[in-house]
Amino acid sequence: MARRKHVLPGFGLTMGYTWIYLGIIVLLPFAGLILKTSTAGWSEFWRTITEPRVVASYKVSFGISAMAAAINSVFGVMAAWVLTRYRFPGRKLLDAMTDLPFALPTAVAGIALTTLYAPNEWFGKLLTPLGIKVAFTDLGILIALTFIGLPFVVRTVQPVILQLSTDVEEAAACLGANRFQTFRRVILPSLFPSILTGATLAFGRAVGEYGSVIFIAGNLPFKTEITPLLIVTKLEQYDYAGAAALGFVMLAASFGIVLVSNGLQAWDARRRGIA
Amino acid sequence: MKIGILHKLPGSRLLLASLASLVVASANAKTIELLNVSYDPTREFYAEYNNAFVKYWKEKTGQDVKVDQSHGGSSKQARAVIDGLRADVVTLALAADIDALHQNGDLVPADWQKRLPLNSSPYVSTLAFLVRKGNPKNIKDWDDLIREDVQVITPNPKTSGVARWNYLAAWGQALAKNNGDQAKAQEYVKALFKNVPVLDSGARGATTTFAERGIGDVLINWENELLLMKKLHPDDFEIVIPKQSILAEPTVSIVDKVVDRKGTREAAEGYLEFLYTPEGQEIAAKHFFRPTNPEVLAKFKDQYPEIELFTIDDVFGGWTKATAEHFADGGTFDQIYAAGR
Amino acid sequence: MAGAVSNFPVAPVARARRATTESSVVKVILIGIVLVFFGLFLALPLFVIFQQAFSAGVSAYFAAFEDSATQHAIYLTLLVAAIAVPLNTIFGLAAAWAITRFHFRGKSLLTSLIDLPLWVSPVIGGLIYVLLYGRQGWLGPWLMDNDIQIIFAVPGMVLATTFVTFPFVARGLIPLMQAQGHAEEEAASTLGANGWQIFLRITLPKIKWGLLYGVILCNARAMGEFGAVSVVSGHIRGQTNTMPLQIEILYNEYQFAPAFAVASLLSILALLTLVLKSLVEWQAEKQLREGANATTSHP
Repeated sequence: MARRKHVLPGFGLTMGYTWIYLGIIVLLPFAGLILKTSTAGWSEFWRTITEPRVVASYKVSFGISAMAAAINSVFGVMAAWVLTRYRFPGRKLLDAMTDLPFALPTAVAGIALTTLYAPNEWFGKLLTPLGIKVAFTDLGILIALTFIGLPFVVRTVQPVILQLSTDVEEAAACLGANRFQTFRRVILPSLFPSILTGATLAFGRAVGEYGSVIFIAGNLPFKTEITPLLIVTKLEQYDYAGAAALGFVMLAASFGIVLVSNGLQAWDARRRGIA
Repeated sequence: MKIGILHKLPGSRLLLASLASLVVASANAKTIELLNVSYDPTREFYAEYNNAFVKYWKEKTGQDVKVDQSHGGSSKQARAVIDGLRADVVTLALAADIDALHQNGDLVPADWQKRLPLNSSPYVSTLAFLVRKGNPKNIKDWDDLIREDVQVITPNPKTSGVARWNYLAAWGQALAKNNGDQAKAQEYVKALFKNVPVLDSGARGATTTFAERGIGDVLINWENELLLMKKLHPDDFEIVIPKQSILAEPTVSIVDKVVDRKGTREAAEGYLEFLYTPEGQEIAAKHFFRPTNPEVLAKFKDQYPEIELFTIDDVFGGWTKATAEHFADGGTFDQIYAAGR
Repeated sequence: MAGAVSNFPVAPVARARRATTESSVVKVILIGIVLVFFGLFLALPLFVIFQQAFSAGVSAYFAAFEDSATQHAIYLTLLVAAIAVPLNTIFGLAAAWAITRFHFRGKSLLTSLIDLPLWVSPVIGGLIYVLLYGRQGWLGPWLMDNDIQIIFAVPGMVLATTFVTFPFVARGLIPLMQAQGHAEEEAASTLGANGWQIFLRITLPKIKWGLLYGVILCNARAMGEFGAVSVVSGHIRGQTNTMPLQIEILYNEYQFAPAFAVASLLSILALLTLVLKSLVEWQAEKQLREGANATTSHP
C-alpha cells in the first residue's frame, strides 16, 4: 500500500503514544517473560512444557474451556435470539443481566458458585443424593467457565441477528420451507461466523481464567488442575523458568486465539458486507 | 499538535507524582514499622502477639512500633519475600522455606537457624486428625486413612507447609510400622493420596473445604488449627489423635537484607526474642501452639494430648534432604501422581 | 461497516409474521429455557452472595465495614482504579485515533497486540511483572538498590490492573470510530481547525457514549481483578489488599459473613455497572439513530 499523506493531524503523537504505552505495559514485560523462558535452554523448556502433569493440565484447561464454549454457543445463541426477536416482560432486565459475568469480580463469582454447589449447600444438597458432584470436580470447573463465557457469545451473535433481514426468511417461507428448515438452512448459516467468533472469545477467556476456578476446582493433579494454577504452583516452588515456560505456552495460545478471532471477525464482516 | 501535548502533560505529571509519592511514602515515619510474613494458621496468634509486643517494646525502649501482618501458604509467602516483599521477620511453617531465602538472593545467612535458641523454633506443634461428630467412619489411626471408604483432606505439599509435614508424618509412621521399608512407606502414602479429593493450596483452604464445604471424612492439619476449629464449632467435630506423629517445628528468622536496609534490625530481633519469653510463650499456648518453655508447657499441659513424636532430623535427615527426595519436581510426590495414569 | 448504521433495526415489521416467527409454543419454550439458564447461572449466584452476606444479620453486615483493614481495602481498590482507568482511557483514545484515522503498515498486528491482555491469563499478567520488577527479575536489583518498590506495593498493583484492563477503552472505541468514518474531521481540518479543536469539537461528541461505555467496563474490571493483583500483592493486611483480596483473606479467617459482605459491595458495584452500561447503550443507540436520520434527511 502506498503511503498516503495524512489529512488529519495527530498521527505522530497518537501513534507514538500508543506504541510507547503498549511497550511499557505489555511488550516490555512480555519480553521479560520470553527472556526468562530462554534462560532455561530449549531442552529444559521442552521438558517443562511436556511433563505429563502439565500436559494433563492443558487437557483440563483447553478441554473444559472448549466444552464451556460449546454449551455457551447453544444457550448463548438461544439467549441472543430470544433477547432480540421476542418481546416479553423482563426482556430488558435479562438483556442487562447478560453482562453480569463480565462485571462481577471473578473471585466473587468463585465463592458464590462454590457456595451453591458444595455438597452441604443449596444445589449440592439436591445433587449429592443423585450421585452428582459438582464442586471440586471437573463439572465445577465447567460451570465456572460457562458462567464467565456466556456474555461473549450472546454479545457477538446479538448484533448479527439484529441485522438479519427478514426478507430472506420470508422468501424461504414463500418457497415452502417450514420454520425449522428456514432456521437450519437460512438463519443458522448466516449466524454461523458470529457464533464461531463468540465461541472463540468465550474459549479464549475461559482458558486463562483463574479467580473463579481455583475456588470451585479440586486442584488435583491430572484431574482438576488448570494450567494457570500450575504456573502459580511453579512460582511457589521458586521455579521461575518453569513458570515462565508455561506462561509462554499460554501466551502463545492466547495470541493464536486472538489472531483466529480477529480473522473470523474480518471474515464475518466481509461476508455480511456482501450479503 | 502542540496544544495536544500540553494538555496531556499535566494529567500524566500528576499521576506520576502521585505514584512517586506512594513509592516514597512511609519511608521516614517516626514509628518503626515491622512486617511479619507468616503462614496460614498463625493469623489469630500473631494478631494478639503483636499487641503484646508493641506494649513490651514501648516499655523497654520507648520506641513506637507497628507490626503489619501477611499470611498465606508458607512457600508462597517465602516466594513473595524472595521476589521483594519487604519482610523484616519471617515466621514460616518449616525451615526449608527460610532456607530458600538463603538460596535465592542470600536474604539470610546460611546459619540463620543457629541464631536463636532451639533451632529457631520458639513454639512447636504436631499433626492430628479432625473428623465429623461421632466419628462416623470410625477413624482411629493412620491405617484407617487408606481404607477405600474414607476421604482425606490435606493441602498440596508443593505449596503448603503443613501439607509437607502431613506428608512426612504419614511417610514416617509407615516407615516405623514397616521396619524402615521405604517402598512400603511410599505405597502407604500413595494409597493415602488416592483418597484425597481436593488439594487446597494452604492449611486454611483445606480446613474450609472440610468444615464449611462438607467434603471428606477426615482432615489432617496442625494440632493448633484443629483445636481452634474445635473451639469455634464444639458440636460439629471431634479430634482424633493418631498413635504417632511428627514434631512440627515452625521456624522464625529476621530477614537480614531487609532489616539492614530499613534499619529495623534491633526491633526485629526484639520481636523474635520476645517469642521465647514466658509472656510470648503463653500467647502461643493460648492459640494452641505447643510452647517450648517447660513451665508454660506445664501450665497448659491439659490441652495437648499425649502423642508419640518423631522428628524430621531423625527420620528424614533434615529439610534439605527431605525436600529433594519428596517434594522437588520428580520427587516421590510427583511419582505418586504420575504413576498409574 | 457503513451498512451497519443504515441497517439499524427499525420497528419490527409485522407483515408475513407467520413465515418469519416461531409458533408461540416454541417461543414460550425458548424463553423458558433462557430464563432457567439465566436464573441458574446468573441470578442465583448473585442472590447467594447477598443471602450469605446478611446471614449473620443486618447489623453484622454493616459491622463488617467498620474493620479498618476492610476500609483500607476499599480505599485501595478505588485508588488503583482511579489511576489505572484514566491511564487506559488516554491510551484508548490515542490508539483508536491512530488506528481508525490513518493507514499504516502493521495495523492488524497492533490491534491484535492491544487485544492480547484480554485473553492472557490474569496470572500471567501478574507473573510478567514479577519477572521484570521482582528481586530476582530483570530490573529488580536496580530497583532494590534505589529503594524503589514496585511489586508487593501499590505501584505493582496499579501496573497489574492496568495490564488486565488495558484493551477495554480502545476496543470499545475502535469499531465505533471506524464505523463513523472521518469525513467530518477532514472537513474541519480543511477549514483550518487544529488537531485539538477537531478532537474536542467533533470527535469527542460523536464518541462520548462509546468512550463512557469503555470506561465503565474498564473500571468494573479494574475494581474486581483478582488473579493478577493476587500475584503482585504482598497480602499485607491493611496495606496491599484490594477488595477481592480482602474477601479471600476474610474467607480464610473463617469470617464468612464479612467476606460475603465485601463481596456484596463488589456485586452492587457490578450491578451499578450494568445499569450504567444499559443507560449508555440506550443513549448511544439514540445518538446513532439520530445520526442516521440526520444523514438520510440531508443527503
